[in-house]
Amino acid sequence: METEKQVQRLNERLTYIRDIFAGKDSGHIRLLDAKTADYAQRAPGLNARERRALALALEDLFADVENKLEADLTPMDKVRIVRHPQRFCLRDILENVYDGYTEIGSMDDHSIDPAMVIARGFITRRRGKRVTNQSVMIVGHEKGRGEEFRNGGSAKPWGNAKALHYMKVAETENIPVHAYVFTPGSYPIEDTPGAAQQIAANIYGMASLRVPVIAVISEGGSGGAEAVALADRRLMFSHGYYSVISPEGAAAIEGKPGPGGRVPAELVEQCALRMKITAEDNLRMGYVDQIIPEPDLGARPYHYDFFRGLRRELLRVTDEVSISVRGLPLFRALRLRGRRRSAAAGRDFESSYVRWNLPPSAQMRLVSRRHLKFRGLSLSAALDRTPLSRRIASVWQEACWIIYSRFRHDMLQKRRQKVSEYMEEVKSDWTLFFERALTPLRKLAAWFGRASERMSVETVRTLTELSEWNDTQENQRGGRWAYISAGAGEDRAVSCPNAGIHGCLDQWAPDLYGEFAGVCPNCGHHFPMEYQWYLHNVFDAGSLVEFAADVEAGNPLGMEDFGAKLEASRKRTGHKSACMVFEARIKGVRLVVAMLMADFRGGTVGAAEGEKFIRAAERAGRMRFPFFAYVHGTAGIRIQEGTNGLIQMPRCTMAVRRYIDAGGLYIVCYDTNSYAGPVASFLGCSPYQFGIRSANVGFAGPAVIAETTGLPVPPHYHNVYKALARGHIQGIWDRRELRFNLSRALLTMGGRNLYYR
Amino acid sequence: MMFNISAMLEEIKASPYEEIAVRAPHSGFATFPDGLAPGAAVSGPAGEFREKPGTLLACIERERNPRAVTCPERGEIVAVHRELHGSFVEAGTELVRFRHFLSRGEVEARILKKALHLFLAPERARYYFIPAQDIKIKTAGPRSVSVREGDELFIMSRMKRETPLRYSGPEGILYAVYFSHAADVDARDPLIGVCPPDLVEQVEEVVVRVRTEWKEKF
Repeated sequence: METEKQVQRLNERLTYIRDIFAGKDSGHIRLLDAKTADYAQRAPGLNARERRALALALEDLFADVENKLEADLTPMDKVRIVRHPQRFCLRDILENVYDGYTEIGSMDDHSIDPAMVIARGFITRRRGKRVTNQSVMIVGHEKGRGEEFRNGGSAKPWGNAKALHYMKVAETENIPVHAYVFTPGSYPIEDTPGAAQQIAANIYGMASLRVPVIAVISEGGSGGAEAVALADRRLMFSHGYYSVISPEGAAAIEGKPGPGGRVPAELVEQCALRMKITAEDNLRMGYVDQIIPEPDLGARPYHYDFFRGLRRELLRVTDEVSISVRGLPLFRALRLRGRRRSAAAGRDFESSYVRWNLPPSAQMRLVSRRHLKFRGLSLSAALDRTPLSRRIASVWQEACWIIYSRFRHDMLQKRRQKVSEYMEEVKSDWTLFFERALTPLRKLAAWFGRASERMSVETVRTLTELSEWNDTQENQRGGRWAYISAGAGEDRAVSCPNAGIHGCLDQWAPDLYGEFAGVCPNCGHHFPMEYQWYLHNVFDAGSLVEFAADVEAGNPLGMEDFGAKLEASRKRTGHKSACMVFEARIKGVRLVVAMLMADFRGGTVGAAEGEKFIRAAERAGRMRFPFFAYVHGTAGIRIQEGTNGLIQMPRCTMAVRRYIDAGGLYIVCYDTNSYAGPVASFLGCSPYQFGIRSANVGFAGPAVIAETTGLPVPPHYHNVYKALARGHIQGIWDRRELRFNLSRALLTMGGRNLYYR
Repeated sequence: MMFNISAMLEEIKASPYEEIAVRAPHSGFATFPDGLAPGAAVSGPAGEFREKPGTLLACIERERNPRAVTCPERGEIVAVHRELHGSFVEAGTELVRFRHFLSRGEVEARILKKALHLFLAPERARYYFIPAQDIKIKTAGPRSVSVREGDELFIMSRMKRETPLRYSGPEGILYAVYFSHAADVDARDPLIGVCPPDLVEQVEEVVVRVRTEWKEKF
């Protein structure tokens, strides 16, 4: 019996090795195979001592071979490791790292989303005879071991909502959050809420969570990972991966196999390598703070030393985050330095005690440090070619604006408000006194019949004649558009895609793209238009002032051919990135605009676009201007930039959060097609999101949804009307009325610090 | 009202298809795809939501705006008017003619449509039989119920408001029930099919024959 168990264990270990190296022929694996078979054959004939000796020798051989194979691990092998059913999962961490835990809201498949597990756990620390249980909120994906209902750790929107809810509970209870990321990506479903909508809410919520958050990444797949991984410290297991897209997904984009086709395994390997997804790569780029070492070929549930090490690191890091924001700065620094020295000397922190609950001042510092940390990420991934003179001028201008805004809005405005309130009171008292004083005189005048009120001729005319319809939007623009689409120059007819349903007649292109502004006069279908149309027809003429134009999209991972593709986009569009940021006016109201252009690499967001977006939000905050994001189209995060692109999700969302918290008004308007990362973060978090009619808004495209979920995707699944119905956006605007609607929105909604309100 | 159902079935058997002419939706220059010839099999819209268009039959170009003309049903091409290839055609000009072979269900539906009187739902609601009829139907089957003009037969339930509904139409036996318990029925969808008593046997016989004998071509 014992022999059989031993053989089974060794076979499982061998299967694990075989699976990881996925058909790669290796002499080491063949050796292990032969030795295990030999052991299984010989063991029954041996006595107990001989059998034990043989088993020990075989285990040593396994350890030795695993050690040798460890050096040959490729990034794709690591992807296979994190997805292997024998890898440890969140349940193993709960059992082995924490001294006790209570699972919240789930019992196996009886859960709102079994892929997301929440637990209240505690860690016991002993100082002499004194025992303290320190509570933490544990949030993480549970892959399970072959449990189908776990969905491989792919959390549904309501699973992410549950995670956010309990992070807020942790905030109320003032206990730290430990977030574990074991997800290949979010479940791409548009429901109530949609995947993008909920991830955006999570990132926005976590940006200013007032408790220490420690994230540990094993499998960090794109938006699904970002939904729980915005943290003060991000740790990563040495055999984990953290990436914007799975290597298979990247290879499918690169190789374009077509429907039903398969990409070659070599291309998948290459993509995994090029995208720099390993823990070492991410540490080097600064997107994780520390690597937690695992045993050779990755940790499995029986590696108890690994769990001890993980517990030690979690204790140390949670302590450090708490210490780094509480107490006086000098003592903080001294204490941190002392602890780091102790940690380097191998001291265990089980017996020391640090309070994890934070006073309000420390909470503020914690949030501010978190924002500062993410603001500093990925700066080198974008190329800023702004000349030195302009940079100096820009810094000077920013300083002037800060002083001006502080003086005008913080000092003068408050005093002016007080003076104006005082003056209003005086005026009303005076009016009352004056009216009472004049009443006898008025009565006397009326008695003499000399004070009959006479209306002006104009008042009489407006009250007695029919009013003229002279204030239409069309009249305001003089009956013509400031910019006519290039499509209007073609002599051809265009069919409306709804012709079969609504019987729309064909339109002559000069009419459709000219006077009708690309809108079907019968059914209202909006044909896509160039972003220039909006620049000229929405904002006041000549009011656009672009800034940060020299921040350029780069190729930070050195992807083959990608530099040439970027250059081609630059030449074709005349822009250096997919994001254009500028100041503009609408009916005299000044605002800062960030525009994502579909023409430049599909409007994808990389480090340059993220940086420009953040600068725009910061500028709007400095100047007390409203901030408007117009999304001409975006296909998501630029996968060729890997994690450099992915990190823009939390970075930009945090910038938006700072702006909104400071009292700004942030409005988003989606046009054409807007998908994935940007919608699931800095765009989707706006309280005021609108869609241009016929636009599509969502997380993943129909093909990806069908492939991932196996569910059929009905037509118009991502249409703005559906997005409105599920509560993602707040309204649908006609393209021709965008200027009017935006202007009205600026005057009727918004934050407390807008200068014109 | 008498039907010769057997004759009707024979008639359908003699020409077990429906010939459909595909015409130009508007004027323009017509072109036909290569390989489209009499005898070729064509398919109609496919996919769960019928989102994938049928086989391309022709292309009409007007004002530099080409528009695809696709097949509305599955079937077999009878004629392609290739003489029109590249020439200007008026709206309504026949471009392609194909045969849509009737399926077993279509034949059955066609016969029943002629033989039965369909009583339609007046509005979208849930429908139930009144308790007395409901018990009868559950115990002895729908054909145990005979109805005549003015009989109170249904309860129409909508938003927790229940209204009695009277049958209107010729007298007969309840041959088919098209709605199910607690499911919404759209307005103008059939609720029941009523068959004149003297036709019941014939209808039953023909339905059995269709189900056993009818061979579907595709």
